[in-house]
Amino acid sequence: MNQAIRNSWVVIVAMFMVLVVAISVIQVIAADALKNNDFNSRQLYQEFGSARGPILVDGNPIAESVESNDDFNYQRVYHDTELYSGLTGFYSLTYGATGLEDKLNRYLAGSSDGQFVDRIIELFSGTQMEGAQVELTIDPAMQELAYSVMPEGVEASVVITDPESGDILAMASKPSYDTNLLATHSGAEASANMAELQTVPGLSPYLNRPTASLPAPGSTFKLIDTVAMLESGEYQPDQVLDVPDSITLPNTNTPLGNFGGGLCGRMDEATLAEIFAQSCNTPFALAAMELGQDRIRTTAENFGFNESFEIPLTVAASQFPEDLDDAALAQSSIGQRDVKATALQMNMVAAAIANDGTMMKPQLIDTIRGSDLTLLEDVQPEVFRRSTTPEIAEQMTELMRGPLDGGTAYRAQSESVDIAAKTGTAQLGADNDLVNSWITGFAPADDPQVAVTIVYQNIDFDTGSELTSTNLKEIMEAVVTQ
Amino acid sequence: MSQVSSTPRPRRNTELVLLLLGLCIGTGASLLAGLGMDREITSDYWVQAAVLAIMSLVFHLVLRLRARYADPYILPIVVTLNGLGIAMIHRIDVAEGDDAASRQLMWTVVAMGVAIALLWLLKDHRVLRRWPYLFLAASGILLLLPLIPGLGMEINGARIWINLGVGSFQPGEIAKITLAIFFAGYLSANRDLILLAGKKIGPVTFPRFRDMGPLVIAWLISMGVLVFQRDLGSAILFFGLFMAMIYLATSRVSWIILGLVLVAVGGLIAVNTISHVGLRVDAWLHAFDPEVYNRGAGSYQIVQGLFGLASGGLLGTGLGGGRPDIVAYANSDMIIASFGEELGFIGLSAILMLFVLLVTRMLRAALGTRDAFGKLLAAGLAFTMALQCFVVIGGVTMVIPLTGLTTPFMAAGGSSLLANWIVVTLVLMVSQSARKPVAVGPMVNASGSGSGHLDRTSGVPVETPAGGVTA
Repeated sequence: MNQAIRNSWVVIVAMFMVLVVAISVIQVIAADALKNNDFNSRQLYQEFGSARGPILVDGNPIAESVESNDDFNYQRVYHDTELYSGLTGFYSLTYGATGLEDKLNRYLAGSSDGQFVDRIIELFSGTQMEGAQVELTIDPAMQELAYSVMPEGVEASVVITDPESGDILAMASKPSYDTNLLATHSGAEASANMAELQTVPGLSPYLNRPTASLPAPGSTFKLIDTVAMLESGEYQPDQVLDVPDSITLPNTNTPLGNFGGGLCGRMDEATLAEIFAQSCNTPFALAAMELGQDRIRTTAENFGFNESFEIPLTVAASQFPEDLDDAALAQSSIGQRDVKATALQMNMVAAAIANDGTMMKPQLIDTIRGSDLTLLEDVQPEVFRRSTTPEIAEQMTELMRGPLDGGTAYRAQSESVDIAAKTGTAQLGADNDLVNSWITGFAPADDPQVAVTIVYQNIDFDTGSELTSTNLKEIMEAVVTQ
Repeated sequence: MSQVSSTPRPRRNTELVLLLLGLCIGTGASLLAGLGMDREITSDYWVQAAVLAIMSLVFHLVLRLRARYADPYILPIVVTLNGLGIAMIHRIDVAEGDDAASRQLMWTVVAMGVAIALLWLLKDHRVLRRWPYLFLAASGILLLLPLIPGLGMEINGARIWINLGVGSFQPGEIAKITLAIFFAGYLSANRDLILLAGKKIGPVTFPRFRDMGPLVIAWLISMGVLVFQRDLGSAILFFGLFMAMIYLATSRVSWIILGLVLVAVGGLIAVNTISHVGLRVDAWLHAFDPEVYNRGAGSYQIVQGLFGLASGGLLGTGLGGGRPDIVAYANSDMIIASFGEELGFIGLSAILMLFVLLVTRMLRAALGTRDAFGKLLAAGLAFTMALQCFVVIGGVTMVIPLTGLTTPFMAAGGSSLLANWIVVTLVLMVSQSARKPVAVGPMVNASGSGSGHLDRTSGVPVETPAGGVTA
């Protein structure tokens, strides 16, 4: 019987050996795979249970974690949410993170490489570490202004940047919403709020309109055409060009005319400066076909088209398509058809011209500091593109005064500020009269301090063109210091 | 019948030192968990520590008085496990706003009180050998109790609880002990008949039915009741107890193989015919399948347990630093996952090692005792406890399908605690008889091995273990 007892001891030890092997597999070998499993919400609990760093504008938090009495210890709270919802995004237990909350998660959660030492200290001291704080380039007064110039009930974006540094000073859009609605820890409340938000026309809580929406740029794209024309050496600002009322697109029966009711219809020929100011379509279409699609596309890409980048919000790639026939090229040259641009893209075009042809990389982040205020990141101005030469940039600046001086943007003409700008109107379809209404420009023209872009989407022409010009004037007069 | 003997020393002081160490571990774990959660150390912590310490020291004193040669390691190990269990249950209480730790503490007092009374009143386990059929009848009644309308309660589909008014109780836990006593009593009395009188069919010798009959009937009744009550874990445990007892009594491996084949066949039938068994197996095989994961009786619980274990990693999050409360039944069925999360692989291995040591000491008592009944009882109970650990921890770690069993001494649950304290008390009594010096009276072994006479074949004195006089 004793041998049987000894044998059963061997069996028992073998059973426990199996258990030790099993827990070593689970806890050590497969631990990382299990931690990253889609079903695993522990990472989320851990993140939500720690003090996440704030997002600051001019030193004041627009997003911060405050202590809460629920399961998670901390609640993410947003301030001035309508102004900043597109930038901060939300940090939701139910819907994950979007916007800067997503893109800067490593810093805000304290898991970036620069915070490694902090984590080691945390491990041994048991003190809870706090995430890094992020200071944005946004100027709160400009952001407030940019948001408030847009009336309620529109789909619109306003972008203000510093052409010399690329700093984004304001980036606002409508419709906006209260990010706190989605940051609530109650899944039921969050999903009810999300369902309600999605009934708001034009609102997507997941997207930042100025960097994600891609409306057709309309005549603001003529800035690209004009740079291409001047760079070719075949055109000069004072060169006289034919202004036919309408042309028939090659190999089609489709006519391409000048925008109805303008001055273009009253002249047969005019200088490039005049047709730029009046934004006549036919001369640009003819010039684009003359130059060929490759030159237009090269210039467009020099100004940032066809490339997505991060600020660190992802900026959708603005599009100037490949393989265009002449008819498509003619329509594309006036910013219609398949040409698409983000509000930030058209702002970058104006900013590059303002900055002597050098496009700076747009920046939304100023500094990132650890919870002890040590500098983790200090974002420096960075050249993004050599878009064109200083000479051509200067010629462009002169041309861009035209639209305000009795041209399409006459309503933006200011007594106090010397503004350079280009308007744009993109028709959205033959069967409706809705347009995208654009304006992009900078001021003061001779020493640019800001580049401003305003776009209203899905709006009627009269309202849109009035709003863009008057908004531009209001913003320029407010922000440009003499 | 032989036994392994060692110098008879009470070693009660060793036990006292180890007991104090064990109490420090349990109390320390509780306090660290409180500090780890940034909670104020309320009087709860000290009350729990004091109650466990007082009960343990009383138990220790009773051992000094009534069984001073009992194994000195069993009580400290059990108190350590029990203390760690209360600490973890209390820690999860704090996270969930529950008060399971107080109930567990109360049950600990009841269980240790019963154990102490048993030790005081029974004194010698061999008394239990006298009425095997009484224990068989008791087992049957205990197993049938939950089926009585009005008294029985069904929780999570298993009808294994009875309502005591003040709380629920699982009589099956006690039936495990009474059945073990019956098996040990019957087999120790009849093992020669079972072994010798039988028919040889092929390589296997089968005992006569009338010799094995009572055992088979006992086993069939318990299995039938368990299948009826839909408690898979206990069914495995009872079957394991039965097989272990048969093997320990007969040393016949062929019968064990035969039994395992029967289990395999029965298991296959159960998986395919009993829906909740099939679901359990499905949740085990396809735990990460989204459909199985999200299903009502699916793999959500076990997968959450795995995530908990994984988040612990090698060193654990530290007591109070993890989120064991995310896992359902974190303080009972899944308490091993809770420990694994907060103490890590190293801490969980240490707990497993405590169980190995405990079971080893129980088997050591079986080896040491002279009576077949005590050997069978202690070894059978030891194997059952090891099997219970394997089934529950193996379920949590996906070695086998998850069944509803409790981790001995740790998991929240009064019935299990009471039963396991009775088990160790019985084994302590067996160890007392194994280790105490044999009174050398008129019946002196004058010629056998160990008698001190010259071995006639070798001409050298046979080494006599001190006190190792065979009865």
